[in-house]
Amino acid sequence: MRIAIPVEENKTDICASFGRAPYFLFYDAETGKTEVRENPAARAQGGAGIKAAQFAVDERADVLITIRCGQNAADVLQAANIQIYKADGTNGAENLIACQENRLIQLTHFHTGFQGVQ
Amino acid sequence: MKIAVLSGKGGVGKTMVAVNLAAIAQQVAYVDCDVEEPNGRLFLKPEGVARESVCTLLPEFDASKCTGCRRCVEFCRFNALVYIKEKPLVFPEVCHACGGCQLACPEGAVCEKERPVGCVERGQHGSVRVITGILNAGEASGVPVIKAALRAGDAHGGLEIIDCPPGSACSVMESVASADYCLLVAEPTAFGFHNFQMVYELASLLGKPCGVVINKMDAPYDPLERFCETNGLPILLRIPYSRQLARLAANGEIIAEKDMEYAGQFNRLLEKIGGVRR
Repeated sequence: MRIAIPVEENKTDICASFGRAPYFLFYDAETGKTEVRENPAARAQGGAGIKAAQFAVDERADVLITIRCGQNAADVLQAANIQIYKADGTNGAENLIACQENRLIQLTHFHTGFQGVQ
Repeated sequence: MKIAVLSGKGGVGKTMVAVNLAAIAQQVAYVDCDVEEPNGRLFLKPEGVARESVCTLLPEFDASKCTGCRRCVEFCRFNALVYIKEKPLVFPEVCHACGGCQLACPEGAVCEKERPVGCVERGQHGSVRVITGILNAGEASGVPVIKAALRAGDAHGGLEIIDCPPGSACSVMESVASADYCLLVAEPTAFGFHNFQMVYELASLLGKPCGVVINKMDAPYDPLERFCETNGLPILLRIPYSRQLARLAANGEIIAEKDMEYAGQFNRLLEKIGGVRR
């Protein structure tokens, strides 16, 4: 299982924005390896959520842990069968453990697009 | 001649000024480009209305030709395309119908089909041609409908009054691009002045001659007065904050058709801009 989390500049705290998070953390539950990649959508003019979701798909994520997520991004993630969980607090490491212990709940409410207006 | 009526923020009185100018000018096309909430028609009450649909183009993908090279996805600067489960997927509300994905595709797997985004209504208020652009709810961009409304205005020929959307974004730029004159409606408040400066910046960047109407004025607002003086912006009309005018507007009536004093004032305004026909 490969878990994706949008993270802040410090690369450990979960970012409140999915689409415009500066980095994404990818954790491989089988090997215990963590990778942090720059989010190519962070400075997109528009459609950042869509582009960030494509990034998560291309990075072969199975699970996403996020504070919130837009409808367009959710459409992409769901089309790729990625499970979306709601972050509990902003500590990335704690959420990784909580996710593997099945303590996180699925995110079911998705906000509408900001169309480039934050 | 095309006169664009615009203001930085909404609720300043663009439509009130635009419909009054149209009612005074008579042989004129009034074009409502405020396509998200076109309300000039509430005042002009056009008769014999005909409606024509406005479509935009949306890419369609031929799965049998697509090789998954993703050039279309990489090309789209609006991020309206994704590549999921070995096929491209488009988000219609995000797509700007630029046609770039079709050009970028080396396999000829992309074609475009029409998608309705709104309509243009044409009607008549006496000798005023009333053209209204109406955007479907939920659409992200009003530009295709604005373009269609302006084309309908041009087809009428002669004098045109363009009622612009509020703000100073793409839709406003589209509405004023072909105008010969920008009439800026201002409100004497800090908020109104802030947005007025933004819309003035846009109009001057586009090299348009500008004039100002101050609406809802109970006292001069110094920063606005000074700004107009410094920038050589003529203040062509000052309309007071009055219960009588508010009542007429709230009843959907055109002030210049009800009040001779204001009919004269709007006539002089039109004359000063150079759009007068009488």
